[in-house]
Amino acid sequence: MSNNNQPLLQVRDLTVEYQTDELLVKAVNHVSLTVNRKETIGLVGETGAGKTTLALALMGLLPKGIGKVQSGEVLFEGTNLLQLRNADMMAYRGKVLSMIFQDPMTSLNPVIPVGKQVAEVLELHNEKHLTREQINARVDDMFRLVGIPPERKNEYPHQFSGGMKQRVVIAISLACEPELLIADEPTTALDVTIQAQVLSMMSDLKEKLGTSMIMITHDLGIVAQMCDRVAVMYAGEIVESGTVEDIFEGERHHPYTEGLFGSIPRLDVDTDRLKPIQGLIADPSDLPSGCHFHPRCPYATDRCRCEAPEAFAQQEHVICCHRFGKEDAQ
Amino acid sequence: MGRYIAKRLLLMIPVLLGISLLVFTMLELSPGDPAQIILGMKATPEALDNLREQMGLNDPFWIRYLRYIGNVLRGDFGTSWRTSLSVIDEIIHRIPVTLRVALGAMFLTVLIGIPIGILSAVKQYSLTDNLALGGALLFSSMPAFWFGTLLVLLFALKLSWLPATGSDSIKSYILPWVTLAASNAATLVRMTRSSMLEVIRADYIKMARAKGASERQVILRHALRNALLPIITIVGMNFAGLMGGTVVIEQVFTLTGLGTLAINSVRVLDVPMVMGEVLFIAALTSLINLLVDVLYVYIDPRLKSQYVKIRKAKG
Repeated sequence: MSNNNQPLLQVRDLTVEYQTDELLVKAVNHVSLTVNRKETIGLVGETGAGKTTLALALMGLLPKGIGKVQSGEVLFEGTNLLQLRNADMMAYRGKVLSMIFQDPMTSLNPVIPVGKQVAEVLELHNEKHLTREQINARVDDMFRLVGIPPERKNEYPHQFSGGMKQRVVIAISLACEPELLIADEPTTALDVTIQAQVLSMMSDLKEKLGTSMIMITHDLGIVAQMCDRVAVMYAGEIVESGTVEDIFEGERHHPYTEGLFGSIPRLDVDTDRLKPIQGLIADPSDLPSGCHFHPRCPYATDRCRCEAPEAFAQQEHVICCHRFGKEDAQ
Repeated sequence: MGRYIAKRLLLMIPVLLGISLLVFTMLELSPGDPAQIILGMKATPEALDNLREQMGLNDPFWIRYLRYIGNVLRGDFGTSWRTSLSVIDEIIHRIPVTLRVALGAMFLTVLIGIPIGILSAVKQYSLTDNLALGGALLFSSMPAFWFGTLLVLLFALKLSWLPATGSDSIKSYILPWVTLAASNAATLVRMTRSSMLEVIRADYIKMARAKGASERQVILRHALRNALLPIITIVGMNFAGLMGGTVVIEQVFTLTGLGTLAINSVRVLDVPMVMGEVLFIAALTSLINLLVDVLYVYIDPRLKSQYVKIRKAKG
C-alpha cells in the first residue's frame, strides 16, 4: 500500500481552537507528532492539557461549529486528513483510524445488542463484500479475541460489566484491523484489576494485528508498560517527547515532566512527602505569556515569562524549555 | 411480559371503580332533578313522583351506585335518560367519527412533529431551528377554536376548497385534522428536539461517528431510538385525549363525535350516558397507557430487565 520508511502518521504544527460565544479556547497549540508503524505513542498530561482534543482532531470529530483546526496538517500515509471531504473521511474512521473512548459505560448504544454494534462497523466498511454469515462469523471471532463468549452477542450493554463493555468497545475498534488505534484513557473508568486485564489484552491484540497506537493517559504506569515513545502535553503543547527510556531514565527533563514524576509515589525511593506540581493547569482561554508553564515552574526566569522556548533535541529526546538551550548541547 | 400485562389489566379494575364512584358522586351533587329534566317544567308533581319511584331515584346514594355497578358488571350500561336509547349503542355509534378524527390528527402530528423536531435538534441554533421553535410557539399558543375558525374562513368560505362542516367525506375531516395536529405537533416538535439534543451529546453517538457511520445513520439508527421514549409518551397521551372527544373541535366543525355526546349529556344530567362515556374513556386511556408501556420495553431493552426483576422479586 505504501513504503514502509514513511511514518504512518505525521502531525505537523496542528493548532485547534474552540470558539464559543464568550471565549476562544486554545486547546491544541502547534503540536507536531510522528507515529511509526507498529509503534505505541503515549500521550501524557493533566486533564485539560488538550489530549482528547488532539485525538478528536485526528479523527475529524471535533464538535461541529465550535471546534476548529486553525493550522497544521495531519498526514496519514502522506494524505492530509484535514483536507478530506467528510464522505472520504468516513471511509477512514473505524476502518483505518479507530478510537476507543474514555468511558465504556456510555460508549455503547444501550438499545442495540452488542453483537450488532460490532457487526455495524464491519458492514460500514464492507469492501470485501462479506455476506451476512461471514460478518457474523467475524463478529464471533472478535468476541473470542477479546475474551467474551460469542453466545453473549445478542445481549445488551446493560447486561455487561464495565470491563466487559470496554472489551466490546475494543472489539468494535479492532474489528476492521485499523492501522492506527487511538485509545483515549481506555482504562480510567475501570478498577485496577480489570485495568490490568484490559491493558494486557490490548498489548496482545496490538501485537497480533500489527496496529499502531496512540495511548492517551495520565497514568505513567500505563505508559511504562505499553508505550515505545512518549509525548508529554501541557496546555495544548508537547513540552517533552522521547523514547520511554528517555522519559523514565533520562537525566534531563522538562520541569513539568519532573513534576509529574515527583507527584507519584515510588517504592524504591524513601520520601516523606510527594511533591505535587504547584498551582492549576493553565487556563487555555487565557494562556500565560512566554513559556505556558512558567507560573508553576520552580526554575522560571524573566526569559521564561516573555519568550516561548525553542525545542532542544538530543536524538529523539526533545524538550521545550529555556533551561536546555543550544549552548548546553553537547 | 404476559404476566406484566395481565397484572396491569387487573389494576385497571380498581382504577375504573374509583373513577366511576368519583363521577357518580359529582353527578349526585350537581343541581337538578332528573325526573323534572325528563318530563319538562310542566309535569305534575304526581307524574314526577311516579317517575322518580320508577327510576329508583328515591333510593339512597349507595344503593343506586351499587345497582349501577352491578348492572355494568353484567354488561348493562342502561339507557340514556335523555333519548331512551341504549348507552352502549350511542357510544358505539359515535366512535367512528371520533376515531377518524383522532387517528388522522395523530398521524399528521407524528408526520410533522417528529421530523421537524429531529431537524431542529440536529441543526441546533440554526435558522431552521429558530423557525421551527418559533412556529411551535405560535401554534401551541393559538386556541384551537380560533385557529379552526380561521381555517374554515379561509378554506371553506373564501376558497371553497373544503367543506366547513359535516362528516360525510374524508374531505370534511381535513380541517379538523389540521387544527388538532397544529397544536399537538407543536408540542411534539419541542419534545422531540429536547429529547434528541440530550441523546446527540451521548458518547455512543460520538462512537457511532468514530465507526465511520454517516450523519444520517448516526441520527436515525443510533440517536432516534434512544430519544423515542418521551416522544411516544406524548403521542400516546395525545391520542388518548383525542379519543376522549375533542369538544371544541366537534363544535367548530359540527361533528357528531363523543365530545358532543358528553357535553350534551352533562348539560341535562343524563347520568347513565355520562357514566358510560366516562368509563369508556377511562378504560381506553388505561389501555393506551399500557400499550405505551409495552412499547417502551421493545424500544429500550433496559426496561425489560426491570419488569423481569419485579416478577422475580414477587416470586
